Amino acid sequence: MPVEFRADLHIHTCLSPCADLFMTPRNIIERAASLGIHMIAVCDHNSAENIAVTHDLGKKRGITVIPGMEISSSEEVHILGLFNSLARVLDMQAQVYEHLQPGENDEHAFGMQVVVNEVDEVREFNKRLLIGSTDLPLDRVVALIHGFQGIAIASHIDREGFGVIGQLGFIPPETGFDALEISSRTSMDKAEETFSMYRSIPWITSSDAHQLADIGRKTVGLHLNHATFEELCLALKGAERRRVIF
Amino acid sequence: MSSEEGKMELQEIINSLSLEVKTPELDLHREVTGGYVSDLLSDVIANSQKNNIWVTLQIHLNIIAVASLKELAGIILVNNRNPDADTLKKANAENIPVMTSTLPTFELVGRLYALGLRCR
Repeated sequence: MPVEFRADLHIHTCLSPCADLFMTPRNIIERAASLGIHMIAVCDHNSAENIAVTHDLGKKRGITVIPGMEISSSEEVHILGLFNSLARVLDMQAQVYEHLQPGENDEHAFGMQVVVNEVDEVREFNKRLLIGSTDLPLDRVVALIHGFQGIAIASHIDREGFGVIGQLGFIPPETGFDALEISSRTSMDKAEETFSMYRSIPWITSSDAHQLADIGRKTVGLHLNHATFEELCLALKGAERRRVIF
Repeated sequence: MSSEEGKMELQEIINSLSLEVKTPELDLHREVTGGYVSDLLSDVIANSQKNNIWVTLQIHLNIIAVASLKELAGIILVNNRNPDADTLKKANAENIPVMTSTLPTFELVGRLYALGLRCR
């Protein structure tokens, strides 16, 4: 019998240049635990290097950590890719790194990109231009995510910058998104009114947290048997009595 | 044409095109050697040149970081688009002048070109 789980499926760590340095895996897990969130997805910009640590810390605190990335397409559309294992997200990361705009991060301009360990110590600074975009078009990014058995979610479709509608005018029907994310800045009523034509695709809300206080400011309810990636997939399909409560 | 070899001072451009300066506390007497137009930030990172004036409709905070990285002379926002308070705060901190124009991109860039600025 499925029961309700709370999930925040879009959280950045201190690896994202635009995220606060306090967004360490340890702090994120503690914050999520204090808020009673059962499942989170870590989605840094074009990288997955803080996920293993977050996953391990989450396991100790009973929080499911879904491995994810927020990938920038060549059109500068942001797409969340969620995966069922660390190995899969690292497969995706290899593709993204291969196609990421060349150049080195400028910490002064964009912020630091910190890979940390379980006790908030710096392991290294990622030097790639993670704020940049890949040369992969939107449909290719979605195809790659699906190729690694992942879920492709259009990030913050209500945002003018970096959302699929803001960048491309509308959601190409053949794109194959598994879900659409409405950001914390748009109310549900407003979203229903503005995006009613996209209601055939499941919607989620999430925090897109870049600082600790953001975590859980929007979550999504999921009716699942367990807080796992496989159950999340079923919920997005509305299969076997699992569902997204929106 | 008031410029020599396509170079102009930012203040001259502001006067000629009646731009509204959103960062009035910054020094506007700086050299502009050319222009670049794009709404894709990755493209601006890849292709703009130092001391270019950048014409865009993007108002996200990230435009300031990109302009700072590329040492651009300033940013002109078209269609009277209003930058967020955060964007202007960062613009002041990074010493990146931000101007707005009531004109759409096509008109604005035509006038910049007529002033003698080129993409270089």
